[in-house]
Amino acid sequence: MLDAVSCFLRAIGARLINAILRLGFAARFFCMVLALSGTSLKRFRLTLREIHFAGVLSLVIIVVSGLFVGMVLGLQGYETLVRSGSEEALGVLVALSLVRELGPVVAGLLFASRAGSAITAEIGLMKATEQLDAMDMMAVNPIARVVAPRFWGGVLSMPLLAALFSAMGIFGGYLVGVVLIGADEGSFWSQMQASVDFQEDILNGVIKSVVFGVAVSWIAVFEGYDCEPTAEGVSRATTRTVVTSSLAILGLDFVLTSLMFGS
Amino acid sequence: MKRASIDIWVGIFVVLGVLALLFLSMRVGNLGGTKLQDPYSLQAHFDNIGGLKVRTPVKSAGVVVGRIESIALDPQNYQAVVSLNMDGRYRFPRDTFATINTSGLLGEQYIGLEPGGDEEVLAPGAEIRKTQSAVVLEKLISQFMFNTAEGGSSK
Repeated sequence: MLDAVSCFLRAIGARLINAILRLGFAARFFCMVLALSGTSLKRFRLTLREIHFAGVLSLVIIVVSGLFVGMVLGLQGYETLVRSGSEEALGVLVALSLVRELGPVVAGLLFASRAGSAITAEIGLMKATEQLDAMDMMAVNPIARVVAPRFWGGVLSMPLLAALFSAMGIFGGYLVGVVLIGADEGSFWSQMQASVDFQEDILNGVIKSVVFGVAVSWIAVFEGYDCEPTAEGVSRATTRTVVTSSLAILGLDFVLTSLMFGS
Repeated sequence: MKRASIDIWVGIFVVLGVLALLFLSMRVGNLGGTKLQDPYSLQAHFDNIGGLKVRTPVKSAGVVVGRIESIALDPQNYQAVVSLNMDGRYRFPRDTFATINTSGLLGEQYIGLEPGGDEEVLAPGAEIRKTQSAVVLEKLISQFMFNTAEGGSSK
């Protein structure tokens, strides 16, 4: 009996210590990536390739889902607002919810599952096939050559993707609310312009997307670099990237929202 | 994939992203909206400003002629002090009347200026003397209710 209890406690303790160990290594790894970023700036073509990989290839899913999210917002917002006779506020509703919350968060979640998982799988597979070790042997630092460009590619792509998502969403809301249902076009845009503030809303949305970009890219490259060098380990690391970065985005979003908009 | 085609696609991506940001700040936000030419400031005291906020437009005859720069409470007489950032192209007579209006029944509030007939114009930093507070719907309704109640009892 006592044996079973102590075994159980030991297992919990081992898990906790392991988690703290990984967190410490992740923080050290983040500093290493930042310190070794010189190569990805000097040889910018490496980063450019990763912007193509993380950003351009995510373009279709971001644009299409942005459009549909905006269309749903337009439809639902109109149905709700028309009950209180204030359907002129449709533009404000669509724009504020996209620019402040949905744009950065949903684009971040899509980015994590589309690009983050791919980055983890790529780096993990390089580790499993000992390509990273081979680079090390040739005196090429794999963090500078492989990890840092992927990190910066993700960080640079994310704000642009979030902005595209918000813009497409507002266009989708306009399409459904004004073109299809027939809400007044003038008040749709003018009320939107009157109540969306550049600094308060748009700049804060961009700051959010930058933070999410850093978080997702960091988690993706770390999980790839830290994974077990087996086929199973790579698949597990890929899953962990999506789960951890989704949770990180949602948690960070709450913290950032309460910092930015809570008074 | 070839180098050139990667470059082109990244270029298109960046252009699209920057265009989206521009669209958000110019068309959705109010950054590209009415730019005030060599602005000057005016002050106004109100008993009640209702739901007025900073950056709300100031209109005269429906035309945006300025924006609210700051709102504060005067600690001496407990009135709201609103400072207006006005477009330098427009000068208003000294007996201009400032009212707080609402656009539509549920729309947002703004300050409306009705120019008087004075020869002299308000100098930068001057105060608009004649003001009218925001209409608080609840007060109006309760006044109306009291009046009808009194009318009913006197009969």
